Amino acid sequence: MSVVGHSPPPFFKRGPAPLARLFFFVSLSVALLVADLRFHTLEWARLGAATVLWPLQRAAYLPVDAGMDLGDYLSSLRELKNENEALRKQQLATANLLLRQTHLDQENQRLRALLEMKERQPAIGQVADILYAARDPFSRRVIIDKGSQAGIEAGQAVVDELGIVGQITRVFPMTSEVTLLTDKDQAIPVEVQRNGLRAILASASAGALELRYLATNADVQTGDLLVTSGLDGVYLPGLPVAKVVTVDRENSLAFARIACAPVAGVERHGQVLVLGRRIAQARPDEAAPTQEPSTKGRKSRARLK
Amino acid sequence: MQPTHSSRRILLPVKAWFIFLTLACAVFANLVPLGRFPILPDWVALTLAFWCIREPLKVSMGTAFMLGLIMDVADASIMGQHALAYVLLAFTAGQLSRRILWFPLLEQALHVFPMLLGTQLIMLLTRLIAGAEFPGFLWFISSLVGAALWYPLTYLLLLPQYRPVERDDNRPI
Repeated sequence: MSVVGHSPPPFFKRGPAPLARLFFFVSLSVALLVADLRFHTLEWARLGAATVLWPLQRAAYLPVDAGMDLGDYLSSLRELKNENEALRKQQLATANLLLRQTHLDQENQRLRALLEMKERQPAIGQVADILYAARDPFSRRVIIDKGSQAGIEAGQAVVDELGIVGQITRVFPMTSEVTLLTDKDQAIPVEVQRNGLRAILASASAGALELRYLATNADVQTGDLLVTSGLDGVYLPGLPVAKVVTVDRENSLAFARIACAPVAGVERHGQVLVLGRRIAQARPDEAAPTQEPSTKGRKSRARLK
Repeated sequence: MQPTHSSRRILLPVKAWFIFLTLACAVFANLVPLGRFPILPDWVALTLAFWCIREPLKVSMGTAFMLGLIMDVADASIMGQHALAYVLLAFTAGQLSRRILWFPLLEQALHVFPMLLGTQLIMLLTRLIAGAEFPGFLWFISSLVGAALWYPLTYLLLLPQYRPVERDDNRPI
């Protein structure tokens, strides 16, 4: 019975006390946090929920998409003309390389066959659109419009026309999540193109990159191009990653501080290429030489008894 | 219930489906991708704080927890981050509900601002412990914007309750 907008206040049936409920929900949240962070057991729940949320997410993206389309429509003719011109020039500049690419590839395969080296994997990939940047301000990730339905797997490398953008870290049925190079937890093994010096490139603060663990006298110069070394078995070797911006050789520090900037448009949005998964080459058989010491060890242990 | 406890006008009772609808709209508004630094507030936190203050018996920590889980999945953040922050927000809002409703709307916003800021601080703390990078102070602006939107939001969400009790066929609403 409600009199002028009031139902009778439930004096006695209010359930557990607020503090008890708070304690319950806070401990539940903390348990979830631990389960996700420490044991990574909640991926299946995330996958299911994300699949259910997908139509809603897509619908929320529509107005933004429409706005961008409108912006494109209103962009002036001259701008488009200029862009067209620039693209044509770029195509001409690269045509020379592209025309010889197949020839060089074949020659390379032949030479490798002659030298009895393992054949290099050809780079195959799928084009995907970057839909939006994930709302999470603590990490640098973007969502692309290809998912497990298109055969995308976690761990694949993502590149644009200039170089490496990032790596696929999570795959949903229709979308997948790319962790950008500039994310704090992302590291990538690289080598300096000029001299083949190997190092690890990791993110510094605020979207910059730094080359880690190189001695202060390491042969790195400003302007050096860093390419993937391929040692990780994830990225194909030789893909451009970053350029060295400053080299700070302060002797009081153990390592040189080498700041780099990504070559690819990591924080820009557009189309990217998801490279096919690289199958790591089998390691040479190490079983034979290690057999000896292990049996010796067993013998010596037996003697000790 | 009155608009604020000091006002003399008595409003219609709130409908449960309307609360659900506004919370769903807030989730939808949060899903709109606006890049890494949205100037717009966390709509879910704001709407949740509103209903926890207005109707502490109807909307409280259970709702907050569920909304938190939805936002965790939608934001691709770690599970439990939003849930923890929203549950604490709902608790604070519920406890302060009787105090806050005595104030006029602008002073209510002054109460809401530290609540939203606290929600962001809890999320920040969770992520920093998990090893994420500090997103910069610009991120906290969304709390400020959220508090500034308290005044229009209150009128918007109370609109259905402002209807008169008796029906009049000649009146448009």
